[in-house]
Amino acid sequence: MYPSMSCWTRRGLLLALALGLALLVPMALSLGAAEKTRRSVGNGHGTGVTLRPDDSHGDGHGVNKTKKIFPVLTFDFAHVKIPFEISLWVLLASLMKLGFHLIPRLSSIVPESCLLIVVGLLVGGLMKLVGAAPPELQSDVFFLYLLPPIILDAGYFLPIRPFSENLGTILMFAVVGTLWNSFFIGGLLYAVCQIEGTDLKSIGLLPCFLFGSVISAVDPVAVLAVFEEIHINELLHILVFGESLLNDAVTVVLYHLFEEYSGLGMVTFLDVFLGVICFLVVSLGGVLVGAFYGLLAAFTSRFASHTRVIEPLFVFVYSYMSYLSAEVFHLSGIMALIACGAVMRPYVEANISHKSHTTTKYFLKMWSSVSETLIFIFLGVSTVAGLHSWNWTFVTVTIILCLVARVLGVMGLTFVINKFRIVKLTNKDQFIIAYGGLRGAIAFSLGYLLHPEEFPMRNMFLTTIITVVFFTVFVQGMTIRPLVDLLAVKKKQETKRSINEEIHTQFLDHLLTGIEDICGHYGHHHWKDKLNRFNKKYVKKCLIAGERSKEPQLIAFYHKMEMKQAIELVESGGGVKLPSAVPSTVSMQNIQPKKSNSERALPQISKSREEEIRKILRSNLQKTRQRLRSYNRHTLVGEPDEDGWNDLLLKRQKIMDMDKQISRMSNYLTVPAPPPESPTLSRSRLASDPQHYVPKPTLGNVPIIKVDLASPQSPEYVSVVDEFQKEAVPLKEEDEDAGGLTMKVPLGDPKKEEQEQQDGGKEQQRLMRCLSDPGPGGAEEEDEPFLP
Amino acid sequence: MGAFQSVHQEDNYEDLATRTGFSPEQIRNLHRRFKHLTQNGDKLRRDHFRVISDLELNPIQSQIIEAFFDKRNFQGNGRGTVSEIGFEEFLIVMSYFLPTDPNLTAEERESFRQRKLHFLFNMYDTDDDGKITVQEYRHVVQVLISQSDNLDQEEAKEIADAAMLEVASLAVVHMAPDEFYEGITFEHFVKIWKGIEIEMKMHVRFSHLETTSICK
Repeated sequence: MYPSMSCWTRRGLLLALALGLALLVPMALSLGAAEKTRRSVGNGHGTGVTLRPDDSHGDGHGVNKTKKIFPVLTFDFAHVKIPFEISLWVLLASLMKLGFHLIPRLSSIVPESCLLIVVGLLVGGLMKLVGAAPPELQSDVFFLYLLPPIILDAGYFLPIRPFSENLGTILMFAVVGTLWNSFFIGGLLYAVCQIEGTDLKSIGLLPCFLFGSVISAVDPVAVLAVFEEIHINELLHILVFGESLLNDAVTVVLYHLFEEYSGLGMVTFLDVFLGVICFLVVSLGGVLVGAFYGLLAAFTSRFASHTRVIEPLFVFVYSYMSYLSAEVFHLSGIMALIACGAVMRPYVEANISHKSHTTTKYFLKMWSSVSETLIFIFLGVSTVAGLHSWNWTFVTVTIILCLVARVLGVMGLTFVINKFRIVKLTNKDQFIIAYGGLRGAIAFSLGYLLHPEEFPMRNMFLTTIITVVFFTVFVQGMTIRPLVDLLAVKKKQETKRSINEEIHTQFLDHLLTGIEDICGHYGHHHWKDKLNRFNKKYVKKCLIAGERSKEPQLIAFYHKMEMKQAIELVESGGGVKLPSAVPSTVSMQNIQPKKSNSERALPQISKSREEEIRKILRSNLQKTRQRLRSYNRHTLVGEPDEDGWNDLLLKRQKIMDMDKQISRMSNYLTVPAPPPESPTLSRSRLASDPQHYVPKPTLGNVPIIKVDLASPQSPEYVSVVDEFQKEAVPLKEEDEDAGGLTMKVPLGDPKKEEQEQQDGGKEQQRLMRCLSDPGPGGAEEEDEPFLP
Repeated sequence: MGAFQSVHQEDNYEDLATRTGFSPEQIRNLHRRFKHLTQNGDKLRRDHFRVISDLELNPIQSQIIEAFFDKRNFQGNGRGTVSEIGFEEFLIVMSYFLPTDPNLTAEERESFRQRKLHFLFNMYDTDDDGKITVQEYRHVVQVLISQSDNLDQEEAKEIADAAMLEVASLAVVHMAPDEFYEGITFEHFVKIWKGIEIEMKMHVRFSHLETTSICK
């Protein structure tokens, strides 16, 4: 009973909190109004101890000579009103998001967006009850502050490979599909409006088209919100999502075109022609602006090695600037933002430190999440706040037309597209694409932008838009998940990219390019290969700092996997039990080809000496293990990994050189292994591994690799401190370490579990298989390299 | 002679079409290309591939060329290599890169997939012993990395070893410390590709239209 009680109390607490906050807002508003009259009484800030009876206290109170008591505590809400309100809203949004996930069953039935709209409705209703005016979703707040984080998040983590492979299809859906939708809906609505009986005669053709163009655009925010939860396969996801992003250009052009000319009531062919030109300018211009800022950001990040702390800032500011610059010229801001994020990502990621990368990722996710929540809540509040004019005919006809237009459009376009696609779109795919065409806040904001004088039917439009948005989000959003299950649509594959997959994919790429060359047919692979080569030869040299510009992709990928493994190991608490997908006892020794004894002249050592060495090793392992357990924040050493992979590679090189020297000297080290292990085997294993335990016959010129781990709760980094460079700077923990050996913390070997108990998990496996990592936020990982 | 030959060729095309899965127009195009490469000869040799300048920049160029002369890819039971091939063998090797026809049955699709994977496997397994050993794998990785300027042999070795380890763990889950993993056999190879739809990736668009010989 107790757990459910606490669950209830938790929920109750949250709801109470939320309601309390909601009440606070109108209270604040009303108080703010009252505050103005009290302003003059006693300066709220206590600016000075004034007890001078001659001064007139406050402003404009005239010749008041009465002495006031010094105000110890005052209430001056007016001047923090705006930030206070904004913070309250953001807090409300976050608490709501928190609350939904505490109620387990709810979030699996109803998508989050629906719940948030409901919350918005409630809050709006409450505010109206209290008497305060609930705020409406202002268009410029939406377009300038709420939308960019979401789009940037989408663009930065856009999976480039499936996107570019399906670009033709996506563009077809985005451009032709949206055009078809707009004209179909607009035209038929006009026809319906002309019918006797409805009082919609006043709506002209062009306003109808305008309305059609506003309502027909698939909304990226809504699509993201719903599709993220249903985990469908990559292809469908990228098709619908890509369409929602790229149709922005079409929407912008149509909107401006019809808005300009709806006053005049007619559009000439010249205008249409100019509209087409405008479309090209808007879309290509947006992309160019975005790419320009992206390259700037990449270039800047190249020099940022000394100011690691503000590296994430460059990503955000440059992207935002690209959005705003595009908006200045009425170009497509969304496309600019996507282009900026996608272009800068591979170069910036190669340049910035690991921590900055994590920061960027989490900040983007955080901002986009909060934005999304706020948008949906405000949609709900605006519904309550706005003036509505409901017209049954208009609304129902619009909803029906939206659905019909979407279905017809998708079917028609797929028929054409399948002629050119190798992997055809099936009927199931078509259904999901059609059903996933959700409308959202962009439509509402565009409607909101209409001038009431020019468009007397604006309120009706807004009402209809809101109804359509509600319909798509609630009905389609809620039912899409069971439908996906019912139709057995392919879900997203949960496998992470392994090193094998990477090797084979690269191999396949080269193979296909070669075959295309042999055929003499310049296809997709050929151009991709050319772009890659251009990228490697010229662009990377400019934009990536130092050694990493020449790093082949496979190696970069491998390093990334190693890093992930290391972090994972740390998170799992020191490596005793690494959660691995496939527990297996295969290890490096099984792979290495057996070397015949004649190849290596292994000097014999006596049993006693062997035992001695083993004891030394074991004791030192334990010491190191203890040190790891007692992590102390104050002994954080400097973080060399922030200096980039450069140092790491260099160190590794040095270590390997030293290894070679040592192996020549004394390569008869055995690891405290499980008992049934012959010395020969362990020797052969160790000798062939690039990293093995190194004895310390003399202090000083032996590479001692020490790893200071962060505590399991905060797996911030794994720093590989090279003792070479520590000659001058003695380590604080050096004392403990004086006589012994220090080992490298295993960067993971999940296989030898029985050994781990003995070693404290210190296998020397750096070359372990790189498995799927169930790390934090694994599902959102979109860490694919550029042009893979 | 010319007319007779073209009729004969047409029949040949139809026959080849049914055998390989190409359409007759595609075969005609490929034949034209074949003629261009062999400079109107009948047999294609390795040095004929030098004509293609773009191929020189490909890191796995030699493997690709070898694949054309590898008897294992001719869908017979041959082993070893030949020094020259005719148009039919050329076509058979090309047919591995056809997209999967959605009208095929499930078993046909599966066998097609197996054939494609076997083609890939043969490219890795250069000594034709039925398994990909560590050295062969290392060679592959080295070749892939060699595109860049710094040839880091150690890195290549590491990566290849790690990859082998992964395959071994996937395929043969438990191995005693004494055992030695010989190499990746075909079944293990297939296991790597489980879940990744090879037929979606391994295809090239063969045009129905005429490809001009601008592109060498």
